[in-house]
Amino acid sequence: MSLQELASRLQEAFSTGIVTTAEWRGELTVTVTRDRLHEIAQFLHNDRAMDFDYIVHVSSVDWPDDEERFEVVYELYSIRKRHRIRLKARVPESDCIVDSLTDLWKGADFMEREVYDMMGIRFRNHPDLRRILLPDDYTEGYPLRKDFPLRGKGWRDTFEFLDETPR
Amino acid sequence: MAFEDQRTTVYKLDPAHPGSETLPTLRTEELLLNMGPQHPATHGVLKVILELEGERLVKSTPVLGFLHRGVEKLAEDGTYHQFIPHTDRLDYVCAMYNNFAYCRAVEKLMNITVPDRAEYLRTIVAEVQRIIGHQFWLGTQALDIGAMTVFFYCFRDREILMDWFDELCGARLTTSWYRIGGVERDFTASLLDKLNQFLDYFPPKIDEYVVFLETNRIWIGRTKGVAIISAEDAVSFGLSGPTLRGSGVDYDLRKAEPYSAYPKCEFSVPLGKNGDTYDRYWIRVQELYESVKIIRQCLEQMQDGPIMADVPSVTLPPKQRVFTNLESMIQQFKLFSQGFDAPRGEIYCGTEAHKGELGFYIVSTGGGKPYRLKIRAPSFIHMGAFDHMSRGYMISDAVTIFGTYDIVMGECDR
Repeated sequence: MSLQELASRLQEAFSTGIVTTAEWRGELTVTVTRDRLHEIAQFLHNDRAMDFDYIVHVSSVDWPDDEERFEVVYELYSIRKRHRIRLKARVPESDCIVDSLTDLWKGADFMEREVYDMMGIRFRNHPDLRRILLPDDYTEGYPLRKDFPLRGKGWRDTFEFLDETPR
Repeated sequence: MAFEDQRTTVYKLDPAHPGSETLPTLRTEELLLNMGPQHPATHGVLKVILELEGERLVKSTPVLGFLHRGVEKLAEDGTYHQFIPHTDRLDYVCAMYNNFAYCRAVEKLMNITVPDRAEYLRTIVAEVQRIIGHQFWLGTQALDIGAMTVFFYCFRDREILMDWFDELCGARLTTSWYRIGGVERDFTASLLDKLNQFLDYFPPKIDEYVVFLETNRIWIGRTKGVAIISAEDAVSFGLSGPTLRGSGVDYDLRKAEPYSAYPKCEFSVPLGKNGDTYDRYWIRVQELYESVKIIRQCLEQMQDGPIMADVPSVTLPPKQRVFTNLESMIQQFKLFSQGFDAPRGEIYCGTEAHKGELGFYIVSTGGGKPYRLKIRAPSFIHMGAFDHMSRGYMISDAVTIFGTYDIVMGECDR
């Protein structure tokens, strides 16, 4: 199915819920509203013509200046039909939660945990939402957020060095 | 090792089980076993908490992140060119393929077409890297399972290619030979000669590895029927590469979305039937033969030509010119200090590395640095299926199972 057909079929099935569709460099990106994300993903997964059986990755982008600050990105692929789609939903910082897609793709489990770990977006109905790459007791926030300093918090300059030079 | 807490449960033998009426009721408890992060068979620093019932795995919880270096955050601080050496450190066994995957992603973002000769060079080196990766995997997997000889044979042959890499780019592991828009330097006559010699030398050696393993009852016993995953589950978990194809799913990006010089080469994608460790081993061995075939075809078809795309605003000038020509030096300096101006947009580009689909998702807001760079690391995603695949197997199979993913923690933890 070509990208235009994919986009129009999705728009036919959902009159509301789809914010924008964009095509760039041969890739289709569909932004949906957060409350319809699970429903649309379920349609993409179950519909015979869509048949998105493979989850490629789950990612997140931080746009600190926007009203809805975070963006969750799901990249889906169909092994049988050989087409891909990128599904995005915006999440505000005040209510930073989105429906988990672990019930549709089992692989989403670790991928969503990573998004939670790195960006602090929580997933509703996720079976085991814990930090994955950082330690469980890490309290310094979420490192991929743009307000997390890119070059560390300057701790390396505050260590007390042992002065072992003979006096 | 045992914890006297709510996890402790009392089991009774099944009354229907013959002979159980004569046995006293046994009190058994689940055992928590902490494997790693310094276990020699965990390929780096991986910790797995195993819940055991006797010697059977009931549940396993991977604890990742011991090698987390924040590569995705680092990417936001450097220009596109500066990130290439970081990709070496992802999957440090197969740095070339990481470079390749990253450069392809940036080329897609910048819409650059790579010249023909560069595509062939890239494909040849990528396949050499695939051979190294599979040799490394075969050697260490056999070693983990208890067959030591194969390890020595694999590493002996891997060393030839490591020396070849050394001559090609000056490094054995952290190669950084790929560049955005092409490659760093062309093959010399000596390199071509050595590669041709290796192609004649290598296929009989693969037969040798196979003889060692297929006649080894322990190898067969510990791989056949171990860690079976069905095709539906493998797809649902997002597995890729030989781990997915072991279950019989025909998904290889080299065929599904042909790139570089692969569409010009004839090769087959071996598929497994049972989805067990043995099938995944068999696929990797077959891929060794296929890689040799691909390299031979590329060497035959390759014509003379430029090795770098001619897009001065993005691609680097040839090194010789940088030393002798002022404009080239300015170009090089500007590209490394400021980077090139990328268009606004986002792309995802997946490449079939020897472990699976290695993808880069790049969000650009213009300017010289990526706004967000996400690495789709196959090792990480494969670990997501570890609990599912290990349930019910013996504790000694745990090593076989994460071995079968060809896991490298540098890539898994990033």
